[in-house]
Amino acid sequence: MIRVYPSVPDGVYPDNDYPAYRSSEKRAPFEAAITIPHTASEITGPRFGREKLREGAQDLTRQVPDGTAQGQRIIVFGRVTDDRNRPERGALIELWQANAAGRYRHDGDTHDAPLDPYFIGTGQVVTNEEGYYEFTTIEPGAYPWPNHHNAWRPKHIHFSLFGPAWATRLVTQMYFPGDPTLPLDPIFMGTADESARKRMISVFDIDRSVPDYAMAYRFDIGIRGADEMPWEDEA
Amino acid sequence: MSALTPSQTLGPYFSIGMDWPEGNRLVVGETAGERIVISGRIIDGDSQGVPEAVIEIWQADADGVYHCGDDGGGFTGYGRCGADGDGRFVFETIKPGRVRGNRDTRQAPHVNVTVLARGLLRHLYTRLYFEDETAANAEDEILRLVPDDRRPTLVARQDGDAYVFNIKLQGEGETIFFNV
Repeated sequence: MIRVYPSVPDGVYPDNDYPAYRSSEKRAPFEAAITIPHTASEITGPRFGREKLREGAQDLTRQVPDGTAQGQRIIVFGRVTDDRNRPERGALIELWQANAAGRYRHDGDTHDAPLDPYFIGTGQVVTNEEGYYEFTTIEPGAYPWPNHHNAWRPKHIHFSLFGPAWATRLVTQMYFPGDPTLPLDPIFMGTADESARKRMISVFDIDRSVPDYAMAYRFDIGIRGADEMPWEDEA
Repeated sequence: MSALTPSQTLGPYFSIGMDWPEGNRLVVGETAGERIVISGRIIDGDSQGVPEAVIEIWQADADGVYHCGDDGGGFTGYGRCGADGDGRFVFETIKPGRVRGNRDTRQAPHVNVTVLARGLLRHLYTRLYFEDETAANAEDEILRLVPDDRRPTLVARQDGDAYVFNIKLQGEGETIFFNV
């Protein structure tokens, strides 16, 4: 048997040819991608789990000794499944984000907002047997960027995960509910399908919020799922 | 009804979260196979280097076997390299063997490549083949789907002990990308 990952439906992933996102102008390919059948190369993929975890990577508020990060402390959790609701177990997720003032700890970020000496902004989690993950951080700030006049990136957290195959690699961003900049953001709006866009917006969860400690946001992640097909020479 | 979460761009600050020490070195002491270096440069439609990019590779071992979930400190087949300020990247790896293809064929030795960058809302897939595998390349089922005149964009050329594989995102000489 061979696993075959059905194509992503049109509009569910963004097209790179999206002029409103100005950085794409010189980087989006002109030629259409060539569709290839899946072989062993596409249906296998790297698997990383707990062995990659750095100590303390699940709490971004306490990664610098003798202090805690400034800002609204939050818990982010969710479940990673494929689009047939099968959990993605024991899988590494990598995270990065701006601080509460909307500034990244990166030489390239020159936004006039303060760095927080107690916030680095990098995290890692591994999903459990049911596909759930959870980490603690601070709510990132929005920040300006030069895409167009008065452009602001909505508050977001970057997520990187592999899924079970090379074909399921996913790098995405989690957004926050009610953010007024979302409809103005070409990165968010680059996904044509409105229901797909909504899946990038986390949901506030009062039941998972911890009294006197942190509010919780749920962000479920759907990755591509496979059909089992006979090899063509077995059919 | 799809429940897929859309892809989003890596953005410019990915090194905060995706920097792996020696992520571009796939070989460890006892890794079997011919040691090779893959080096290249990712350039945009104006042939300018793209510094805000990550190149990832996934490949079989010297026997043509993929090591999914092989995290015991040996050869995983996965590598990651952030481009430098000029768009250059490099990997230390081994030359992969031939992997099984469909219909009882064997694929030519190849390295699977993803390109993630600021400016790309969705990562790109391509493949690296080897210049010195002419016969295997000629019968590779994936390479045969690529128009003849554009196949050279997928074939790394030998330069001393390195294989050079440049990635042109757009325009003349544009690299072949795959819909996987």
